[in-house]
Amino acid sequence: MTAPLTITVNGQPRTVAASPWRRLLDVLREDLGLTGTKEGCGEGECGACTVLLDGAPVCSCLVVAGQADGRAVTTVEGLADGPLLHAVQRELVARGGAQCGICTPGIAVCAAAVVDGGACRGGDARAQVRELLAGNICRCTGYQLIVDAIVAAAADVERGQP
Amino acid sequence: MTAYLRPTDDAHAIALRAAHADYLVLAGGTDLLVAAHHKPVPVGILDIAGRFAGISVDADAARIGAGTTWRAIATSAELAATWPILPAAAREVGALQIQTRGTIGGNLATSSPVGDGLPVLLALDATIHLASVRGARAVPYRAFCTGYRTTALGADELITAVTVPRPAPGTYLGWRKVGTRAAQSISKVMAACALELVDGRIAAARFGVGAVAARPIRAAAAEAAATGQPPTAATAAAVAAALRHDITPIDDVRSTAAYRLEVAGNLLARFVTNAGRAQG
Repeated sequence: MTAPLTITVNGQPRTVAASPWRRLLDVLREDLGLTGTKEGCGEGECGACTVLLDGAPVCSCLVVAGQADGRAVTTVEGLADGPLLHAVQRELVARGGAQCGICTPGIAVCAAAVVDGGACRGGDARAQVRELLAGNICRCTGYQLIVDAIVAAAADVERGQP
Repeated sequence: MTAYLRPTDDAHAIALRAAHADYLVLAGGTDLLVAAHHKPVPVGILDIAGRFAGISVDADAARIGAGTTWRAIATSAELAATWPILPAAAREVGALQIQTRGTIGGNLATSSPVGDGLPVLLALDATIHLASVRGARAVPYRAFCTGYRTTALGADELITAVTVPRPAPGTYLGWRKVGTRAAQSISKVMAACALELVDGRIAAARFGVGAVAARPIRAAAAEAAATGQPPTAATAAAVAAALRHDITPIDDVRSTAAYRLEVAGNLLARFVTNAGRAQG
């Protein structure tokens, strides 16, 4: 038998009967049905599985369930406030910063944490995006529109626009 | 089922380590948990994430708790002011998602030849602090890593902290990582230096190099070639030539022995000439 773990996922406490060695990625997708989080490389290199653990962006393929017990996790499903998208999501849509969509949830989650933390503003905003999002790889297309969207979202957040 | 223990404080972590020497000690997990679902399930896990964390600086040294994340090191103004190569190296460990979880203690425990934080710790003459229920001890990092992914860490010990002494005035610090890209990719060659300049000469030299031997090493022959010499192009060339006696690079999937030998020499030579330029 496995002792139940309690993880607060997108604001809701969830109890999961999972091995503490089970990847958080698998707990989210298979046990909790939150398939917005994608598995890309499964080795912590591509960032597609990025979620927030106590507010910090992490690769959910490199976190095991035991490490998340008693902690708060935010997935892409938890970024929006009801029907109101997070600024990063809205700008990714508005500026075409997505193609096949596998990397997009990880980019949205990582960028949301970064811009909510006050980064990606000012004269070197684009360079900040390129450094802070360096762990999120897109294999479809270039990064220009993604960078455009995150810089715009950072400006939205700075203006207090949700 | 796998036992999972999360200590309530640092002393508790040390006690649990003594009681469960067969458990996997897990900090951030960014190395140990790669492809965890394909690995054998450990007998038990001792989760020390968040333990032994924090940075403090006094007149003599900086003390970095073993559980301090690379992100905390990368963003430390106190470290940047005196030991800028530590935050510089931290910013090149993986990417943000790795830096928020990965710890300096984890890098030390693994002591991979390509551990990105390790050449800098060698150049800064870091001391590693260990603790067990038997007591605490301190080991210079150059003696801590004993071979390919082997260390002096006892089965009942945990790494608690790293200390780096304050460099002497006029010390030039350098760091350079060479890989296919700055983020994520495993390094082909890494080098760090601390060159203490007194009256226009290199009074003391420490070079730490990575990915060019079975473990991160100090380059003793290169250091000898630099010591007592002015930071000129001639000294730089002598240092690069001497480095060939220190390192044993290999051909692998990421690079070739010939490339690593050439580039490692170039990195050290550039440190010397940059130090000359920095002293004006």
